Amino acid sequence: MKFKTTAVAIAAASMMAGAASAAEVEVLHWWTSGGEAKSVAELKKMMEAKGHVWKDFAVAGGAGDAAMTALKARVVSGNPPTAAQIKGPSIQEWAKEGSLGSINDAAKDWDKLLPKAVADIMKYKGNYVAAPVNVHRVNWLWINQDALNKAGGKAPTNYDEFFALADKFKAQGLVAIAHGGQPWQDATVFESVVLGVGGAKFYNDALVKLDPTALSSPTMLKSFDTLAKIKTYIDKDASGRDWNLATAMIMNGKGGMQFMGDWAKGEFTAANKVSGKDYACVAAPGTANSYTFNVDSFAMFNVKAADAKKGQLDLATAIMSPEFQEVFNLNKGSIPVRPGVNKAKFDACATKSMADFDSTAKSGMLEPSFAHGMALPSATQGAIVDVIAKFMNSNMSSKDAVAALVKAAKTK
Amino acid sequence: MISTPSADRWLPKLVLSPTLAASLIFVYGFILITIALSFTESRLLPNSEWAGLERYEQLFDNDRFWTSAQNLAIFGTLFIVFSMVVGLLLAVMLDQKIRGEGFLRAIYLYPMALSFIVTGTAWKWLLNPGLGLERIVQQWGWTSFTFDWLVNPDKAIYTVVIAGVWQSAGFAMALFLAGLRGVDSEIIKAAQVDGASLPTIYRRIIIPSLRPVFFSVTLILAHIAIKSFDLVMALTGGGPGTSSDVPAIFMYQFSFTRGQLGVGAASAVMMLMTIMAVMVPLMYAEARAGRDR
Repeated sequence: MKFKTTAVAIAAASMMAGAASAAEVEVLHWWTSGGEAKSVAELKKMMEAKGHVWKDFAVAGGAGDAAMTALKARVVSGNPPTAAQIKGPSIQEWAKEGSLGSINDAAKDWDKLLPKAVADIMKYKGNYVAAPVNVHRVNWLWINQDALNKAGGKAPTNYDEFFALADKFKAQGLVAIAHGGQPWQDATVFESVVLGVGGAKFYNDALVKLDPTALSSPTMLKSFDTLAKIKTYIDKDASGRDWNLATAMIMNGKGGMQFMGDWAKGEFTAANKVSGKDYACVAAPGTANSYTFNVDSFAMFNVKAADAKKGQLDLATAIMSPEFQEVFNLNKGSIPVRPGVNKAKFDACATKSMADFDSTAKSGMLEPSFAHGMALPSATQGAIVDVIAKFMNSNMSSKDAVAALVKAAKTK
Repeated sequence: MISTPSADRWLPKLVLSPTLAASLIFVYGFILITIALSFTESRLLPNSEWAGLERYEQLFDNDRFWTSAQNLAIFGTLFIVFSMVVGLLLAVMLDQKIRGEGFLRAIYLYPMALSFIVTGTAWKWLLNPGLGLERIVQQWGWTSFTFDWLVNPDKAIYTVVIAGVWQSAGFAMALFLAGLRGVDSEIIKAAQVDGASLPTIYRRIIIPSLRPVFFSVTLILAHIAIKSFDLVMALTGGGPGTSSDVPAIFMYQFSFTRGQLGVGAASAVMMLMTIMAVMVPLMYAEARAGRDR
């Protein structure tokens, strides 16, 4: 009997506590490693300063796969978190399921702050349903500076120069192209090659709009031919190698260059390597004037209670604030998604990335990354990645690859 | 304590009922839900919009599904056959009343104590041409030696067989050994008196009498093969590319990372059908043999 009264008292107390306190903001993310965890802690601090209770819902592992499974279970059971780390067209997929809520009240000036290509991804039917956190550039080429100096010191700006340099690296006894044979890495290289061979307009037609004429064009054939040639410069042990091990090959002088997004910089920085001295960061061949972006974002779920909604809007505002964007991106190695952030502390690669982000946003050469889930629904993306992975790991001819690509693009 | 005859009757049923209810819901109930989902438009989240056989058409039109089905056929057959052959050989040899049998038995059985993730990772290193076997043999002086199955798209699935057999042969051995010990020694002695040689005794008397053991081993190995996921994930990750993909990986990726729950469910149903196609005739044959005996 006594136990029962206590239980009732506890229940009542906890209910009152729930009603009295400010909103509890629950955020699902998978930023659990060093720099990333630090970035999230910053957001937590900002939300607590506004009087909200931060409830961390971190699900590590599987690059978000585990987190997505947990999220689905929560949403299906009718108890979604305030926000979850979801990006690209997946935002649209969740919105279509009716799970996301509008945050327009916090996003009044976002149209001015965000490039249209980015803003469109954050919106569903004209309403903002997600807040962008950072921008990663995908079309980078990382080069071992020592090897580059020995080979003349000039970074390649097109594929002829690229392969000439690769031959020189090979002659130096290096693995000319450090690569990890995992489907997403294959797709990352492919994306940069298509952008370099065909340009931003072609990239958009082929890999964003999935226009069958572009997909089956001679330019696409040439892209696959280029990819096939790249394949010959990759060592045979690459199969299954993680991307950061490929980056390590550049650092310890075993590899010449690597196609990888700017998260690779985090590896260089962690190993105390300096850009311009130990490694060079240049745009992938032929892509100096274009930019494939990978923007992380928090999608905002439908929350009913008024104070919870207030917490959600505050969260969105905090995410877009210059202070958070600066601290977060310094930790994460990416760049801020909005202008007006103090650039002083960012390094040379990041500053270059920022300049290119601004200029390509103006010139319309800013394109969503296909390999990193920014351009296509996951089903279509997966089908195309399958084709590329098969091409990279078999004797498939470029012609067959183009045919398979056209078929895969029809996946809905 | 109350112990009336009637309590004897209902008590076991009562005690077993939670387990029964749990397996009805969590095994058979979920099988039904999966079958239902495979006929819907389910994408990211389950829904109940009817789609007929569309998901199956999509599935059968997918090259990757056929690659994974073919890999399962290769892996399943070789894995079961080799595990059984190696297991039986080990069991027969251990059965020769040798010294240190307990010690050897433990060694052979020990891989079973590891998870497939550990097995997969260890073999990944052993078979990696730049780190493991190939490199060592080349350093020993045989420089033309190559063993690059792990990174060869046509051969990668066979490395899964190697690692799988290494892990499971000991288990098959333990089952066979138990079976061998159960064979009536009178029969063997009678055969010896009749002048039968040892290989003949094994071939004509002992191994045929192990029939139920063969059945159990096949059953267990077959379901390990069909649901194999962790071993492939750790060893090849389905790679190079998608060349060593198996249906379990296909199902997981389509259901949970590609927002194609319907197609994933359809592939899960196909896996269930495969298990049934293997198991039902086997169990039927076994049940009939049991009656005939």
